[in-house]
Amino acid sequence: MIPELGHFALILSLCLALVLAIFPMVGSLTNTPAWIALARPTAIGQFCFTLLAFACLVYAFLTNDFSVAYVAQNGNTLLPTIYKISAVWGAHEGSLLLWALILTGWTTAVALFSRKLPDVMLARVLSVMGMVSIGFMSFLLFTSNPFARVFPVPAQGGDLNPLLQDPGLAIHPPMLYMGYVGMSVAFSFAIAALIGGKLDATWARWTRPWTTVAWVFLTIGITLGSWWAYNELGWGGWWFWDPVENASFMPWLAATALVHSLAVTEKRGAFKRWTVLLSLLAFSLSLLGTFLVRSGVLTSVHSFAADPARGLFILVFLSIVIGGSLLLYAWRAPDVTSGGRFDLLSRETLLLGNNLLLVVIDAFIVLGTLAPLIYDAMGWGKISVGFPWFTTMFVIFTPFLVLIMGLGPLTRWKHQDPAQLARQMKIALAVAIAAGLIAGLPILHGGSWQAGLAVALSVWLLASLTLSLRQRGRTLDGVRDWLKSFRNRGGGSYYGMIVAHLGVAVFIIGITFATQFSQQEDVRLSPGQSYTLAGYAFRFDGVKSVPGPNYRADRGTITITRGTDQVATLHPEKRTYTVQTKPMTESGIDIGVFRDLYVSMGESLGDGDWSLRLYYKPFVRWIWLGGIMIAIGGLLAALDRRYRIALQPQAETAQPAGKQHLAPGVST
Amino acid sequence: MTPKRRQRMLLIVAMVIGVGIAAGFALKAFNENLMFFYTPSKVAAGEAPSGRVIRVGGLVTKGSVKRESNGLTVHFDITDYAHTMTVQYTGILPDLFREGQGIVAHGKLHPDGTFVADEVLAKHDEKYMPPEVAAALKTAQKEGAAAPTTTGGTMP
Repeated sequence: MIPELGHFALILSLCLALVLAIFPMVGSLTNTPAWIALARPTAIGQFCFTLLAFACLVYAFLTNDFSVAYVAQNGNTLLPTIYKISAVWGAHEGSLLLWALILTGWTTAVALFSRKLPDVMLARVLSVMGMVSIGFMSFLLFTSNPFARVFPVPAQGGDLNPLLQDPGLAIHPPMLYMGYVGMSVAFSFAIAALIGGKLDATWARWTRPWTTVAWVFLTIGITLGSWWAYNELGWGGWWFWDPVENASFMPWLAATALVHSLAVTEKRGAFKRWTVLLSLLAFSLSLLGTFLVRSGVLTSVHSFAADPARGLFILVFLSIVIGGSLLLYAWRAPDVTSGGRFDLLSRETLLLGNNLLLVVIDAFIVLGTLAPLIYDAMGWGKISVGFPWFTTMFVIFTPFLVLIMGLGPLTRWKHQDPAQLARQMKIALAVAIAAGLIAGLPILHGGSWQAGLAVALSVWLLASLTLSLRQRGRTLDGVRDWLKSFRNRGGGSYYGMIVAHLGVAVFIIGITFATQFSQQEDVRLSPGQSYTLAGYAFRFDGVKSVPGPNYRADRGTITITRGTDQVATLHPEKRTYTVQTKPMTESGIDIGVFRDLYVSMGESLGDGDWSLRLYYKPFVRWIWLGGIMIAIGGLLAALDRRYRIALQPQAETAQPAGKQHLAPGVST
Repeated sequence: MTPKRRQRMLLIVAMVIGVGIAAGFALKAFNENLMFFYTPSKVAAGEAPSGRVIRVGGLVTKGSVKRESNGLTVHFDITDYAHTMTVQYTGILPDLFREGQGIVAHGKLHPDGTFVADEVLAKHDEKYMPPEVAAALKTAQKEGAAAPTTTGGTMP
C-alpha cells in the first residue's frame, strides 16, 4: 500500500511540475497576475509530494518490504539502519528520486527565500526549474520507477553493494547532488533574465548567493568522495581521474569560474554575457555528468547496469536543455549592454584570467573524459586516456591560476597602478621564492622541484592574503572592530575569500607532498615478520577471523614502531559479505597531521603468510582540509549580510562610471 | 589605434598565442597517453605494439594462476577463446580477481611475447564484464572459435 502511495505522489509531482512549467511562464509573458501567483504554491506543493514519495521509499527499506523490486535488489534485513537509509540512494532508481527531491527542494527554497524578488522574475525562475523537473520526473516514472513491484516476493534482499557500506558514502551522494542540482538555480536565473532581457548587477546579486551555496555543496561532495575512495578502495589513492569523478569535477570548475565572474558582474556590471554563458555551462556539465554516470556509457566503479533506453532519454533531455538555452542565448544576448570598462591591469583583468584558465582546464578534462566515447563512436578503436595526462594538464595551468590568485585581492577594480602593486607584492614574491628554494633544496627529502614550486605558490598566497588583511586591518581598531567588520556588508565575502584561498594553499601542499613523498610497498609477510618503510617498522602479527553484522572478516594486526616507540596498532580487514559474497578491503589507517600510515590486506598466500600493501603518505590530510576550507570560505561568502538586507533596485554598482575606484580589500 | 586599444590588442594576441601553445602541447601529450585496447587474438596476430603502454583483456583461464613461491609475482593466462596469452604481474591483485572472470590489464608487451602488467583491473561486480572483453568474446565466437557455454552467465 505504502509503495503505491509513493508512486501516486510521484505522478502528482509530475503533474504539478507541468503546471509550474506552463502557467507562471505564460502568465509572466501575458501579464496575468493570477497565473504568476501560481508559481510559489505549486513549487511548494511539488516538493511536498516528492518528499512523500521519498519517505515512502525510506519506509519500504526500513520495513524490509521486498515486494518492491528496488528494495529487494538493494535492501537486506541484516543491514545496519544507517545503511538501510543510505541504500535508498545506493542504486539507480533511488538516486534519481533523491535527485528529483533535491531539485524540488531547491525550487522551494527559491520560492521561500526570494521574497524580495519581483513576482514576474520569481515566476519565471520557478517555471524554468519546473521544466527541468518535468524531465527528471518523467525519467523516473517512465524508465526507472523505484516503486515497481516484484512477484514472487523474495524472502531476503540482495543487499547494498558492500563498497557503499561506509559512512562517507552514505552522505557523499546527497552532498554531490545538492551541488549538481543547485546549479539549476543559477541556470534558471540566467534563463529567466534572458527571457526578461534584463541582465544587470541586481540579477547578479540575486544569483550569487544561490550559486555559491550550490558550489559549496559540490566542493563538499567531491571532497567526501575523495576521502571515501582513500578509505574504502584499499589502494591509498584519493583521486583517480575516473570518468565519474571527472563528471563532478567538470561542473565544479565551471562553477568556480562562475562564482568569480559573478563577482565582476555584481560589482562592476561587466562580463554579463560571459556570466550567463557560464551559468548555462555549469548546469549543462552537471547534466552531462548525470548522463555519463546514469547511462553506463562510460564504465567505472560508479556506473550501474547499462540500459540504452535510459541513456537515450538523458541524451535527448541533455540536447533539449543545452540546445534550447544556447538558442535563447544567441537570440537575446546581443541586446545585453556591455558593462563597465577596465584597464589592462585591474582586478577585472585578473578575474578574466582566472576564468580563462579554469575554462581551459575544464575543456581539457571534458576532452579526456569524452575521448573514449568519441573514438568508439567513430570506430577508431577502444581507448582510454591515461591518468598522467589529466594530472599534467591540471599541473601545467594551476601555477598560473595561483599567481593570479595572489595578485587579485590586492589589485583595484578598474585601474591599478602597476608600480604600486609591484611595491606591495615585492615582499610576498621574495618570501615565496625563498621558501620555495629552501623546500626544493636537496637537503630535504632528496630535493624535489615540485615540492619547491608547491611551497613557493602556497607561501605566495599566504603572503598576499596577509598583506591584504593588513591593509584592511589599518582601518580597524581592536577585536571588536574586527568582529564588526565581519558583519558589515561585504565582510562575509571578504573573509570567505581569505579562507577559501588559504584552503587552496593548504590543498596545494597536500597534493604535492602526498604525491611526491609517498612511499608504498607490496610485501609478503609471515606472522611475526616486519618490513620497514620510511623509517616505520610494520610488524605483521597474524590474522584472526571475526564476524560482522552482515559479513565475516579476516582481521589482521599490524604493529607499527619507530625506533623504540610504538606508533600504532592497525587492524585492516578483508571482509566477505554474506549475501553478495564479495570480498572487500577495509584498510587500517593511522591518521596524522603530517603523515598517514596505511595498510591494506591483499590475500592469504598459505602458511599464515599474507600479501600486504603498506603506505607512508605525508600530508595527505591536507588535501581534504583544503577542500573543507574552500567550502567554509564559500559558506561565509554566501552568508554575507548584503544578500539579506533590502535590495535597492538597480544597485549603485550598475553605473560604474559614476563610481570612483574602489579601494582594494574593501570588497570582493 | 589609440594606445589603449593597442594595449588591449596586445593582450588578446598574447592570450591567443598562449592558449595555442598550451593546446598544442596538450594534444601531443594526449596522443602519448592514449592507451589502446587489444584482445589476445590481436596480440597473437602481432597487431599490438611492444614497448608502449596498452590494455589487454579477457577471461582468466581456469587453473592458470601461478604464484611464485616466495614473492608477489603472479602469472596467469587470459583468453578470448580463440587465443590465449600470459600476463605477468607483481603486486596485490584486486579483490575481485578470480579465475573465469573478465579482467583488463594495463602494461607493456615485451618482445619475447609476455605481457608485463603494471595494473590489473577487475570490476566491483561479479556479474559485470568489461565491455571490451565482452565484445572481444563476441568477435572470437563469430569467427568460429568453440566457446564454451558455461561462463557463469557472464556472456553478453
